[in-house]
Amino acid sequence: MHVIESGNVAAATGVKLARVQVIAAYPITPQTPLTEKLSEFVESDELSAEYIPVESEHSAMAVCIASSTTGARSFTATSANGLLYMNEQLHWAAGARLPIVMCVANRGVGAPWTVWNDHQDTVSQRDLGWIQLYCSDHQQIHDTVLKAFKLAETVSIPVMVCYDGYLLSHTYMPFDVPEQAQVDAFLPPFKPTHFLNPEEPRNFNTVTLPDVRPDLHGNTAPGYMEIRKTLHSDLRAALTEIEKIDGEFGEAFGRGGDPFVEPYRCEDADYVAFCMGSLSYQLRDVVDAMREEGTKIGVIGLKVYRPFPDAAVRDALTAHKGVIVFEKALSYGNQGALYADVKSALYSAETRPFVHNYIVGLGGREIKTHHLYDALTESIKNEAAIGDEPQWVGLKL
Amino acid sequence: MSKEEFCSMISVSEPGPGDGGNTGSWRVVRPVIDLEKCIPAKTGKPSCFNCWLYCPDAVVTKTLPPTIDYTYCKGCGICAEECPAGAITMVDEASFTKEEK
Amino acid sequence: MRQDIIEIRWHGRGGQGAITAAKIVANAAFKSGYNGVVMAPTFGTERRGAPVYTSLKIAREKIYDLSPIATPDMVVVLDHTLLEEVDVTHGLKEGGQIILNTPKSIDSYDFGAHRLSVADVTAYALEAGLAPGIVNTGVIGAFAKATGLVSRELLREAIRHEFSAMKPEENARAAALTYDRTVIGGA
Repeated sequence: MHVIESGNVAAATGVKLARVQVIAAYPITPQTPLTEKLSEFVESDELSAEYIPVESEHSAMAVCIASSTTGARSFTATSANGLLYMNEQLHWAAGARLPIVMCVANRGVGAPWTVWNDHQDTVSQRDLGWIQLYCSDHQQIHDTVLKAFKLAETVSIPVMVCYDGYLLSHTYMPFDVPEQAQVDAFLPPFKPTHFLNPEEPRNFNTVTLPDVRPDLHGNTAPGYMEIRKTLHSDLRAALTEIEKIDGEFGEAFGRGGDPFVEPYRCEDADYVAFCMGSLSYQLRDVVDAMREEGTKIGVIGLKVYRPFPDAAVRDALTAHKGVIVFEKALSYGNQGALYADVKSALYSAETRPFVHNYIVGLGGREIKTHHLYDALTESIKNEAAIGDEPQWVGLKL
Repeated sequence: MSKEEFCSMISVSEPGPGDGGNTGSWRVVRPVIDLEKCIPAKTGKPSCFNCWLYCPDAVVTKTLPPTIDYTYCKGCGICAEECPAGAITMVDEASFTKEEK
Repeated sequence: MRQDIIEIRWHGRGGQGAITAAKIVANAAFKSGYNGVVMAPTFGTERRGAPVYTSLKIAREKIYDLSPIATPDMVVVLDHTLLEEVDVTHGLKEGGQIILNTPKSIDSYDFGAHRLSVADVTAYALEAGLAPGIVNTGVIGAFAKATGLVSRELLREAIRHEFSAMKPEENARAAALTYDRTVIGGA
């Protein structure tokens, strides 16, 4: 059934259909309407879950860690400074291998205070050991939430579902909501492999020594480094699972495509614009206009940022003459983080396109379509002159 | 990979003697129970057992008389502090011979 | 850049229901075969009573550009007192339409080359049994009449659906009354 609702409601609808069992959240713009909607679902018995209001985002994640450790399907949502306030617990959730799903309505980070969209909040959290998925429209938000639970519970790694604050969270557009029975068939109840159980008492994640140690049964128990290496190799192996789950979702619901990249008019393209989130859709109009003028150009939206799908990115980009990376975030003092990742993925390719970096839309600065057009045109015309420094789009001073 | 193959290494331990290693070797002072003063030992009744209750490493038994597992006792002294009868004394490890240890 | 998108800007005051009005039209348009529907409110820290606007874009094909409307084809004004505070015609295309809730006659306004339609929505909504100041359902009756973009019937259905728990009949009647009494001017 198609409905016209906000992006936050698209997320909430997905969470409800996933039959989540525990929700703990603290309000922050622009995420708030999502968890408000969930509290309405719980209040009206449309969703049978514990809704635990907390006094901070740090506590929200702490509650999710506790509930997930008992084997309950757990969810929270946040934005910007709320996400950063969780930071210590976010590392913990990943290290403890808890399949928590969290929506982040992307927002710029203070100071100075802002409530508007960019990607600095989640991009700055790329090294947590969480999986990060990015959405471009409401259907993707809804579908990605469902896939995220399945993925998290398969690989025992928490998943962030990221979507642009306001641009997606507060806009209204049509999306399809599947039947509960369809979702149940795709996403069975959560059966954890390790969980807190009074019948079999266990300590999880207590002080873990630098070295391995003999356990109670005389076996060798892993030390910190083995456990952390397992998190990394499982994240890399999760790429295969993402592909598999995307395929299963496509079969069940008839929607999907490439699990890692979403290309538009790239087949014969000399140049490709590359970015994450709704910006990749806005760039489609620019691509259409430039194609009409005879420039062979396409655009790719990246759907999975961590684990970084380097092979898919390399395959998608090597055949072109130039790649222009647009980012709503920056690794301050260096370059765009995505730009650096793209270049790193291309390093082992036999032929490499030139790669440029444009910083756009920080703190909600409106991204005018003609600014994108100008940036792409400039990159193509003055390839050599632009170099490695990030270029800033839309500055007024 | 199957679901079971993921998350093959986590930090988990079971409650039981020795999961933290041979912690008795950390001890510099040793708790010694004076059975003349110990309430359950003296009365022959299963009572008190504050030492058993407070021991953070669960090395004191709830028996008549109570015993201490020196393989894992770290010598923290909480039992001596909590004993209402003053029956437990912390004795310098150096005063014991190798055999006694 | 795309020429096939109809851009409609809705001016109201915070709390007046401009977003709900635009959402109802979005639903009706979607049901009429417009597969591309995007409604984007102004983002930020609006308060009750402050002038706000929301952008509604509709097209036969999916819309990818979420940026606010700069050159609307139509503007809908929920409250005629806004004309003193806001340039509602800003960027309005030549020959573009203005739909205005006002108790004054159409002759009291001069919008040059733009086409004006007026209705005393505030009065008709009261007559329909709504509380004073509820104008968002009425104004979309005027919108439907002036633009012909959605049918009277589909609108009625969309209103009943949106207000299923809040006076659905009265809201539908407010839209119907306004639809019938909207005065459409020439360019």
